[in-house]
Amino acid sequence: MTAPAAALETRGLTRHFGGFTAVDGVSFTLVPGSRHALIGPNGAGKTTFVNLLTGAIRPSAGAVLLEGREVTGLPQHLRVKRGLARTFQINQLFPDLAPIEAVTLALAEREGLTARWWRPVRAHRALEAEAATLLARLRFAPVEMAAPTRDLPYGRQRLLEIALALALRPRVLLLDEPAAGVPPEESREVLEAVAALPRDVTVLLIEHDMDLVFRFAERITVLAQGAVLAEGTPEAVARDPRVREVYLGEATAHG
Amino acid sequence: MSGGGTTLAAAVPARTGQAAQPGRRWGLFAAEGLFWAAWPAAYFAFPDYLPLLSQVAIAALFALSLDLLVGYAGVVTLGHAAFFGLGAYTAGLLAVHGWGEPLSGLAAAAAAAALLGLVTAPLVLRGGELAGLMVTLGLGLMLYEAANKAAAVTGGADGLQGVEIWPVLGLWRFDLFGRTAYLYSLAVLFLMFLLARLIVSSPFGLALRGIRANAWRMHAIGTPVRARLVAAYVLAGAFAGVAGALLAQTTQFVSLEVLAFQRSAEGLLMLVLGGLGRLYGGLIGAVAFMVAHHVLSGVTPQFWQFWIGAALVVLAIAGRGGLLGLLKAVWARLLSRRRGGGSTAQ
Amino acid sequence: MLTVLLDGVASGMLLFVLACGLSVTLGLMNFVNLAHGAFGMAGGYVCVVLLNRYGVPFLACLVAAALFAALLGAVLERTLYRWLYGRDHLDQVLFSIGLVFMASAVVDWLMGARQQLITLPGWLQGRIEIGGGLATIGVYRLFLIALCGAIVLALHLGLVRTRFGSRLRAAVDDAVVARGLGIPVDRIFAVTFAVGSGLAGLGGALGVEVLGLDPTFPLKYLVYFLIVVAVGGANTILGPFLAALLLGVVDVAGKYYVPEVGAFVIYTAMVVLLLLRPQGLLARGGAR
Repeated sequence: MTAPAAALETRGLTRHFGGFTAVDGVSFTLVPGSRHALIGPNGAGKTTFVNLLTGAIRPSAGAVLLEGREVTGLPQHLRVKRGLARTFQINQLFPDLAPIEAVTLALAEREGLTARWWRPVRAHRALEAEAATLLARLRFAPVEMAAPTRDLPYGRQRLLEIALALALRPRVLLLDEPAAGVPPEESREVLEAVAALPRDVTVLLIEHDMDLVFRFAERITVLAQGAVLAEGTPEAVARDPRVREVYLGEATAHG
Repeated sequence: MSGGGTTLAAAVPARTGQAAQPGRRWGLFAAEGLFWAAWPAAYFAFPDYLPLLSQVAIAALFALSLDLLVGYAGVVTLGHAAFFGLGAYTAGLLAVHGWGEPLSGLAAAAAAAALLGLVTAPLVLRGGELAGLMVTLGLGLMLYEAANKAAAVTGGADGLQGVEIWPVLGLWRFDLFGRTAYLYSLAVLFLMFLLARLIVSSPFGLALRGIRANAWRMHAIGTPVRARLVAAYVLAGAFAGVAGALLAQTTQFVSLEVLAFQRSAEGLLMLVLGGLGRLYGGLIGAVAFMVAHHVLSGVTPQFWQFWIGAALVVLAIAGRGGLLGLLKAVWARLLSRRRGGGSTAQ
Repeated sequence: MLTVLLDGVASGMLLFVLACGLSVTLGLMNFVNLAHGAFGMAGGYVCVVLLNRYGVPFLACLVAAALFAALLGAVLERTLYRWLYGRDHLDQVLFSIGLVFMASAVVDWLMGARQQLITLPGWLQGRIEIGGGLATIGVYRLFLIALCGAIVLALHLGLVRTRFGSRLRAAVDDAVVARGLGIPVDRIFAVTFAVGSGLAGLGGALGVEVLGLDPTFPLKYLVYFLIVVAVGGANTILGPFLAALLLGVVDVAGKYYVPEVGAFVIYTAMVVLLLLRPQGLLARGGAR
């Protein structure tokens, strides 16, 4: 085992789908406490890579290490228990539940309580209080906390995505395009929430929006055609001619 | 009939009053009280119908068990009668072979059904939703055929004869009029309902709702989804096993019908008729179904089956709110009209 | 031995004709149509009534049965089924069970609960020896094999060679893309549904002599149809066809050699096959 240097590490991570190689031998290290961004054009393999990290799919080859311990064969929910949480690019929420219920559910899971059937949720008062505090920190009004999720504005739903992940008190957090699809007038709160993430959480931001990436990231990894094209500080990556080539359209569009 | 009427009225606030406003909560409380008071009231009001009322209580328990699985956990099954039937045969066979103590009979039935659930859950939950559906159907039919062919044990198509049940708690003998049978069934239904309510309000119950709404996210918050579903499947099986045992004990007979596909389908109908995923839905659906059955099947059996079919078709097309959903909508309409009237008056 | 095999093949082919419509409904439209057998039953009763009451020639009865079931399918598809496309499987299950109950009740009311019997025309009666006395086979079974074989071939060619077939296959692969290409997916669904129902009706009529016919027909054979579809898959004719043949042989052999076990064999086979082949059509349908 390596020293407890990396929060998350992959070694030669590869995934084939039939004859197509979506992720091709990616070795990647996430330094503890860092703010790291993973970028790449459409079809670069970002989504597959994230799914390999979380355990939603299994790699064809290679290994995933979480805080120095191999988790390659571990199912998703056990990786969560070891401190790896994620948000989704497309909302994966509970439409019928109110945010307060959904966050309470996540908290209950974190505390290992969801196998318990002999006490009502209401009796676990500390959970509900913590859920309310967490949501309040993300600027949810009490009314919004108690309304069914399906009735919330889209921006609020994106915040709830983050809240559900934060409730798990992760040590490593994968944010998959947190601001995707949020209308500009609501996006500020999402960006603030991302900026205000606790410093002891290591964050990997998977993003399309270059503005957000350059504002947020201390380090950037560029994925193209399933492989690492470049990695370095934002300045270095921005200067890299190969990256400019791959990103010409998008990078220039965003300045 | 009037018993059914009160329960339906009682159900309206039971559904709408989820929020924690104190006034609403009291209304909810009163409605629940009324619903449960109607059952003992029926004991005095319809002394000639006690066997039917026992059947209603048993059907309600069966629908309740289905609600745990279908309404809360979101696992659709076409073979729930397997648990009911296994419970019935377990209690019946125990009694035939010399152990007629009713409460331990219920416990044995629950245990047997839970065991069946534990064994079959991996098969049912293995593939996709559709494959699981077919497996439940196949397993249900298998068990029916097995009971049919194992006539030496089960009595086959003639049914299991000679079920003798001892007095409940050594005190109350099962009488010819079905008084003990009804009160016993009712007590068991009530206790099982309380248990079900505790379960659905627990973190485990919340996790089931989460899985039904979005299993994908549940994986991502660290829930062992499969294990939770297995637990729900086993639990619902045990509930259905108790219902089956009740039937065997109160009628002192077990026929092959306890395992029939028809029973699984009717259970779903009751549940959907009342409203899915709200506990009282199954109970009210069972009451409505059994009353309708009693009234309509007097005419001709085919007539009855036709109307069950029609009800299923209409309910499927109209959506899943069921009676409770309908009443809730009417209630909301009335409230908003009243409120609207108030605002124009200002 | 060979006799059992041939009888099994005949009833397997019959099963295929009965079930192939379902493989389209379930596979193509991802629709759990547990009422498929009702169309078979409708065809069967049309055949019985025409033959026994009005003395219509057997072949004409078969045609009438198929047409009636196809018409019934088309009408129901347009009026009821379309409301449930894309809905939860639970809704589809309830809906189609409801249809089965209604159909059985109506038939019971009109025709009674007893088994229906028909007298085959003389030219389809009797048995002949084949393979120099190795085995005997009923003429009617031979007729079944020939007719159903022709239907299988026609379906296969229809699916592979015609424009309708290629459009249908496109719609199977991806309804959204097919719609985008201007293929009238809804109409194709409707026509396919009607054809599938018609074939079921024909199968029901042909099956009166082999499978029996009473108001419980749709539920009794539901499991058989589901096995054919589950095991065979939806994208080819060959898959369900082989599955049906296998099932027919197993069923006939089971009834012949171990009659005391009865239908248990088939139910066990269904569960086992479903577990062995979760990657088949059903897994695809169930994937979210």
